[in-house]
Amino acid sequence: MKIAVPADEKDMDAIVCPSFGRAPYFLIYDTSSKEASFIDNSAAASQGGAGIKTAQTIIDNKAEVLLTPRCGQNAAVVINAANIKIYKTEDASVKKNIDSFLKGYLAPLEDIHPGFHNHGEK
Amino acid sequence: MKQLLILSGKGGTGKTTIASAFIRLSGAEACADCDVDAPNLHLIMGQTSVPAITDYYGLPKAEINTELCVKCGLCIENCMFEAISVDTDYNVDAFACEGCGVCELVCTSGAVSLKPAVAGELILYTGEEMVFSAAELKMGSGISGKLVAEVKKQMKSSAANADLAIIDGSPGIGCPVISSLSGVDMVLIVAEPSVSGISDMKRIIEAAKIFRIKTAVCINKYDTDPDNTNEIESYCLAGNLPLAGRIPFDTDAVKAINRGQTIVDIDCISGRAVKDVFANTMKILYRQDCEAAV
Amino acid sequence: MRISIPDSITMEKNNIKIAVLSGKGGAGKTLVSVNLAAAAEKSVYIDCDVEEPNGYLFFKPDGVAEEEVSVNMPYVVQQACNGCRRCVDFCKFNALAYIINRLIIFEEVCHSCGGCVLLCPTKALLKKNKAIGRIQKGISENVEIYTGILNIGEASGIPIIKKLFDRSAVCEDKPVFIDCPPGSACIVMESIKKADYCVLVAEPTLFGVHDLDMVYRLVRLFNKPYGAVLNKCIHGENPAEDYCTEKGIRILDRIDFDSELGIINSNAKIAVRENEKYKKIFLSMLQKITEEVRHETASHPQR
Repeated sequence: MKIAVPADEKDMDAIVCPSFGRAPYFLIYDTSSKEASFIDNSAAASQGGAGIKTAQTIIDNKAEVLLTPRCGQNAAVVINAANIKIYKTEDASVKKNIDSFLKGYLAPLEDIHPGFHNHGEK
Repeated sequence: MKQLLILSGKGGTGKTTIASAFIRLSGAEACADCDVDAPNLHLIMGQTSVPAITDYYGLPKAEINTELCVKCGLCIENCMFEAISVDTDYNVDAFACEGCGVCELVCTSGAVSLKPAVAGELILYTGEEMVFSAAELKMGSGISGKLVAEVKKQMKSSAANADLAIIDGSPGIGCPVISSLSGVDMVLIVAEPSVSGISDMKRIIEAAKIFRIKTAVCINKYDTDPDNTNEIESYCLAGNLPLAGRIPFDTDAVKAINRGQTIVDIDCISGRAVKDVFANTMKILYRQDCEAAV
Repeated sequence: MRISIPDSITMEKNNIKIAVLSGKGGAGKTLVSVNLAAAAEKSVYIDCDVEEPNGYLFFKPDGVAEEEVSVNMPYVVQQACNGCRRCVDFCKFNALAYIINRLIIFEEVCHSCGGCVLLCPTKALLKKNKAIGRIQKGISENVEIYTGILNIGEASGIPIIKKLFDRSAVCEDKPVFIDCPPGSACIVMESIKKADYCVLVAEPTLFGVHDLDMVYRLVRLFNKPYGAVLNKCIHGENPAEDYCTEKGIRILDRIDFDSELGIINSNAKIAVRENEKYKKIFLSMLQKITEEVRHETASHPQR
């Protein structure tokens, strides 16, 4: 199974990115092959709807689980539609969060926040 | 880094006057001006160093290559924003263009293309004592929400070791305000004792509640309308919102601002009052037991 | 093009449109526009600050009629969708997502450009109306009030401004006072497009000058005649006044800081209706604006 985690740098030891939609990279970790690869999140540069596009990106990368500190409601709609489970990260590195998840320590993310509407508001 | 955001709803309440006093009193190592439509904080902060300026790109804008244009009119017909007009040639009103790309889609001769457009600039002062991040939107641009996020990001990355950051928020209750709320530890609302001031204060309190951010209220120019001031205080008490204090109307405040100084740089009644408001705000900010308001 | 050169002192015979702007909120835009409208014999007041309208708080209009403002919004007929994703890839605002075998549309992110509907190869995307706000029309004594209200979270108030002007155009015999949104974004530009004259309201502070500069550049960009009103003036230095002198901006009037006026205003009362002395002030301001407009139309008939 593939796990997606937002990251500020392409480094497993870096702290998880505080934002979902604006994260510059995502770690995609494959639990069977134990391979970790970083993908660029082009959605981070969008004027608006970044969460939506980011969600589309991780779905297209076949993630089944998402570990994130927060998630906006639009992104949540997309992720839930794809049956991806969302878990809340701890304030720790990407690597630590994957470990914690695999050990069952992470809780599902309940707190979905309203969108930031960064969409070319005039 | 603890981030304190100062918001007000309507403009003219004294947000920037108070934010600048707080920066002076706290010796904060990082501050930001999120009012990207009309940044004012730099006028008092008196930064002498030359700032680093970065172009900020917003929505791309359509451009028409008149040599390829066959004047079929399909672009005009399909533009929902009335951004294309004809003079002797077809041209795009960059202010009205929203960068949707429909004109480029329908053009039969490849004359229309979307080009990146500078929508504003990011400004960063990095002095020895303080990092000051700001931005200014070009006239006619929208997308202030995203630029606000960039201002805060710029501040955080240049002042990663700062303990305290003071952020002068945007006026209003729209997207830029929501964007400034993201990731802050506390919001101080500067309320003005007027009907419109109270209405705006309530809307910001609602928004801060949704984001579960610790909120406090202070009343500026409280003596200009004692009845409305009482109304604000009752409202806060009823909603369990801490009151950080009140500041009287003070003509000396205007004089200080006009000289590019904060109200705590001179001796005046508003300056003395803001010191108490500051002390109370810091207590609330650093209080562990104080969860986000109701 | 009709050139209207007033042939009498009063402006009531003309459908003059006066926009009141300031760089930022709090300078006194609503104070000035509401009171000018109330001081005129009969007038129209249009509140273009659709995110935070507050003129109606002062006028408390009667007989309010409301009309919805809507824009086109796409909707999908899922059975006709073949999952090609051209719409998802095209949308510059990321308002569409395609998951498993379903297209999802995010209405509050959509800018209603119509592009996805145009390019769908199977015509699975169609248009429907979506309300983004409303306009209200009411009366308060001598003033006809049009208020625009944008629903929270909507992208653009411009369609509301367009409707406000469309509906108020029936009043051809009265002056129109336009209370503009603060700032200089597109919505402000839309509000001043039809204005014959722009009144720039400024505070006498360092901040006020900075904000004044912003709207000054805006009205010049749009080639509109303009003049300034300095509000909350106190004794001593007035940087806004210095700025006007430096740039050659005509100062129409100075409103002194007046705590009585402050209380009237903060309690959403209309100064000219509360006290004769304020009526005199605003009538005289109105007079000066009329003369300015007359002067402008005479010397620039093409404007």
